[in-house]
Amino acid sequence: MNKPQEPDQAARRAAEQTARQSYGKLLAFLAARTRDLAAAEDALAEAFAAALASWPAQGIPRSPEAWLLSVARRRMIDAMRRRQTGDAAIDQLLLQAEENQVRDTASGGIPDDRLRLMFVCAHPAIDPAARAALMLQTVLGLDAGSIASAFLVAPASMAQRLVRAKRKIRLAGIPFRVPEPDELPDRLEAVLDAIYAVFAEGWSDPAGADVQSRGLIEEAIWLGRLLASLLPAEPEALGLLALMLHAEARHAARRDAAGGYVPLLEQPPERWDGPMVEEAEALLHRAGALGRVGRYQLEAAVQSVHSARRHTGRTNWTAIVDLYDALLARTGSAVVAINRAVALAERDGPAAGLAALAAIDGLPQLAQYQPYWAARAALLARDRQIEAADKAYERAIGMERDPAVRQFLMQRRTRLKQPAPLRAADNP
Amino acid sequence: MKYMLMIYQDEKARKTATKEQMGEMMGAYTAYTKAMREAGAFTAGDPLQGSNTATTVRMVGGKTKVLNGPYAETKEQLGGYYVIDVPDLDAALSWAARCPGANGGIMEVRPLLSY
Repeated sequence: MNKPQEPDQAARRAAEQTARQSYGKLLAFLAARTRDLAAAEDALAEAFAAALASWPAQGIPRSPEAWLLSVARRRMIDAMRRRQTGDAAIDQLLLQAEENQVRDTASGGIPDDRLRLMFVCAHPAIDPAARAALMLQTVLGLDAGSIASAFLVAPASMAQRLVRAKRKIRLAGIPFRVPEPDELPDRLEAVLDAIYAVFAEGWSDPAGADVQSRGLIEEAIWLGRLLASLLPAEPEALGLLALMLHAEARHAARRDAAGGYVPLLEQPPERWDGPMVEEAEALLHRAGALGRVGRYQLEAAVQSVHSARRHTGRTNWTAIVDLYDALLARTGSAVVAINRAVALAERDGPAAGLAALAAIDGLPQLAQYQPYWAARAALLARDRQIEAADKAYERAIGMERDPAVRQFLMQRRTRLKQPAPLRAADNP
Repeated sequence: MKYMLMIYQDEKARKTATKEQMGEMMGAYTAYTKAMREAGAFTAGDPLQGSNTATTVRMVGGKTKVLNGPYAETKEQLGGYYVIDVPDLDAALSWAARCPGANGGIMEVRPLLSY
């Protein structure tokens, strides 16, 4: 038993800790056979409520996970009986309970079905716009409201999107399983993309840039770690984690003491998180040894080249251009083409960068893509095409979400009117 | 779970097909149906006559209205169906992908609503 004066807090802490560590595991386990995520969520929520009611008086059980699971399982069976769902379903659940007890005692723990759950969330039959949010809700237990605000979506539409996705899983019979080796690469890509979407959303969120509150980034890295630990022989899972850690290592360096935005090339490497960079490097090395190159490993390698400035004091732009060439050949993505043009400008001068950018100028999807206008403005400015640069800066400023970046772009725009060439110090 | 696989095809392709092409198609469907039966997945399935044979019936203001032609005048028309019994959506999708109709046509996969 805990200290008698504050059993409530102790119970609450234990419940919260179990929720954080085990939510996805418990939910995946409960939903795997019935494919009914909504019912499993309800049952699990009731189990957590029961824990808060009972643990202060009864003491925290030896295995909180097992306690929650058995309560949730009973609630699920009760709910099925109330809804008068077919007896077959109840039988199946009871059977499963027995079968699992055998597995529980054999392995000393609850089997981890979270990987299957992740593949369900990113199944091709699920609306791509719902996949990342569904993963946050089911694997991490985030509520629809906070997911909605993180993705800048109205809470009602996010809730509806999630409900629809869960209904589709149940009614269409999407299985909780890890795909066979022949379909794994395609299916894994969708899982990786969903996790990276969480990360990218956190990265572009002004609140996420603030060191204090970086919810989505932390959650994405957590998911990335989970996936890499569950699929240790999949190089792209390791590559994605390496990519996120490399970027996250520079999180603090994106701001100066006054809260102003500091672009990557002007960041002092000593402000980067050294141990995190080392971890990313080790992951990328492990991925490389597996001998299957992919998009996320290439993107992580670009970040690795940037990070090497810690030791060499310079950036190897030739290596970065080569990596972007490989990425462009693989993805054909306009976003990659923009980054490649920027790298090319660093290697061969702004005219070369602008020439590369010309290949994608006028693509309709770029009209509303802020990074394109920011990159274009910077290249035009360095090429002293003042008027065109001014217009591009205006568009980039108008579409920027982060106030610090907006201010940075406005300063650069003002500098256009000054005669001295920009960034002379960077180009000795 | 039971799923219906609906085969949507451009009917012009069927009309302009040569005799050999038709024979090939028939052979492919025969083999496909046989494979389904052997796997224990087949429940039902038939090809349909062309959409020019279709007639629609509806009640408008208490009166029965019968009209010539299919429900929707789209380029691709329902040309046949299968009902299969398989463990889950992935299994249904893999049968849909193997259907000769998936080549050049569109397969719609829907679970049956069972009580």
